[in-house]
Amino acid sequence: MQRSTFSDVTYAWAIGLLAGLGVLILIGPVLIVIATSFTTSQTLRFPPPELSLRWYRDLFDPVRSAQIHSAALNSVWVAGLATIIGAVMSVLAALAITRVARPSARILEASFLSPLILPTLSYGLAALMFFSVIGIRPSLNLLIAGHLVVIAPFIFRTTLASLTQLDPALLEASANLGASRFYGFRHITLPLIAPGIAAGCFLAFISSMDNVPVSLFLSNARTGMLPIRMWGMMESTLDVRVAAIAGVVILATLILMIVMDRLTGLTKRISG
Amino acid sequence: MAGGTGDKVDWRLAAPLGLTYLAFFAAPFAILLGISFYADAEQTRLGLDSWAKFYGDAFYLKVIVDTLKLGVFAVTATTLLAYPLALLFRAVGPRAQRVLIFIILMPLLTSVVIRTFAWIVILAREGVVNQTLLALGITAAPLNLLQTELGLVIALTQIEMPLMLLPLLTVMNQMDQNLVDASRALGASKWRTFFRVILPLTLPGWIAGATLVFASATTAFISQSVIGGARLVYLPALIWQQSMVVYNWPFAAVASLTLLFTVLAGIMALGWLGRFARTG
Repeated sequence: MQRSTFSDVTYAWAIGLLAGLGVLILIGPVLIVIATSFTTSQTLRFPPPELSLRWYRDLFDPVRSAQIHSAALNSVWVAGLATIIGAVMSVLAALAITRVARPSARILEASFLSPLILPTLSYGLAALMFFSVIGIRPSLNLLIAGHLVVIAPFIFRTTLASLTQLDPALLEASANLGASRFYGFRHITLPLIAPGIAAGCFLAFISSMDNVPVSLFLSNARTGMLPIRMWGMMESTLDVRVAAIAGVVILATLILMIVMDRLTGLTKRISG
Repeated sequence: MAGGTGDKVDWRLAAPLGLTYLAFFAAPFAILLGISFYADAEQTRLGLDSWAKFYGDAFYLKVIVDTLKLGVFAVTATTLLAYPLALLFRAVGPRAQRVLIFIILMPLLTSVVIRTFAWIVILAREGVVNQTLLALGITAAPLNLLQTELGLVIALTQIEMPLMLLPLLTVMNQMDQNLVDASRALGASKWRTFFRVILPLTLPGWIAGATLVFASATTAFISQSVIGGARLVYLPALIWQQSMVVYNWPFAAVASLTLLFTVLAGIMALGWLGRFARTG
């Protein structure tokens, strides 16, 4: 090994300090919200003066938090259906262009991924204007259509990545042995790309549950969505129940994430 | 039906998603563009008035510049923290890597609204940062961190960091360790190795991450409005206000398309930077 020079020491310190700050900034706010959700006080003070479950009791009270509950159900319904429909369409689309070198395939790929970088807020307003011009009234179905467009890229991207890693010799072998293309898809391709599809579905579901830009324009009082209701609660009163919702959502996501990690190696798949 | 071996795009398979995008993605943007050419809020008269009003007013031009600046600040801050984190991730063992990836993914999985909410608790006048500063005697009076650009950039750094980190980790994982070792063995310092070997090799990942961070920070309506407050105005707030408060749809459409152009300009600049860096 080499001797460490002064410059190497400054490098180690700089990297170490910045990485430590990075970890603190990533995880600190999440921990603080969780701690705040157990406070006894009416305000969002950290550290909480005393711990209690009062805000969780309030949150689960079917009368006092009825609007939150219906917004949460709407969000789960929209995210669930958008993910399922998006998965079927995205997997088919990924199959259509995988291993095709033609420009048409690249254009399709870029188009299907475009909601990831085009401002979804612009899209939300465009969708509102579109539905209003063609005369469709706001409903959960509209929200599903809007969410479908912005979350499909997640499934499309992970599926395409899985397909690219799939050895084409496997399908050739199965075809040579007399299997139909559909049989080959069902028994070879699908099982091998299933973890990629599942990881994409997970990201799609989470991002739909979290979607503000599209829901902002397409939901109304009747079709309230969870993030929009939380935003309202934050803007008006800084209601401590928001912290309790955060606690429930974080716990639910963490469980879902651990399950997904066991099933699909999610974390490895995401970090490449 | 199996796909994956043909040399042509199988249009029957691409049709469901393609047609959905045409109907629910391309068509809305076409309508948006169309509505921007109405001259008045009541949409009775065609004309370029909305465009002229927007681009002829110093206030709106400043909003565009501020939005661009916010995106650049967010990219800079996430870059400054994401590179050291990615290097740390590379240096530690598999067990620590699993912990780190959970820490990295945690914010991504905790809803933008909740993350913004967390920063209110931290940055408020009686928040964690001010309490600490007061207790240590660094400041005599609580600082105003909410409703400042600095506070917003700090919050956005956390909110957008996973978007920078994930592509960066992917390219770092694929980077050949031999090249780093060779640079060290040939006598380059760690700094030199970082700037001359690691940075150029990981540039594609950085560009992917920077694109996502830039696109996301410039459109982060909730964070901008809750942390920035009424004093700081960015394009998303303008779009919201013009469309849902004032009901001037043509003007909102112009603002919305401007946001789209702003993001596309940022993305193209990043792409150009990538090409320039490879050849230059």
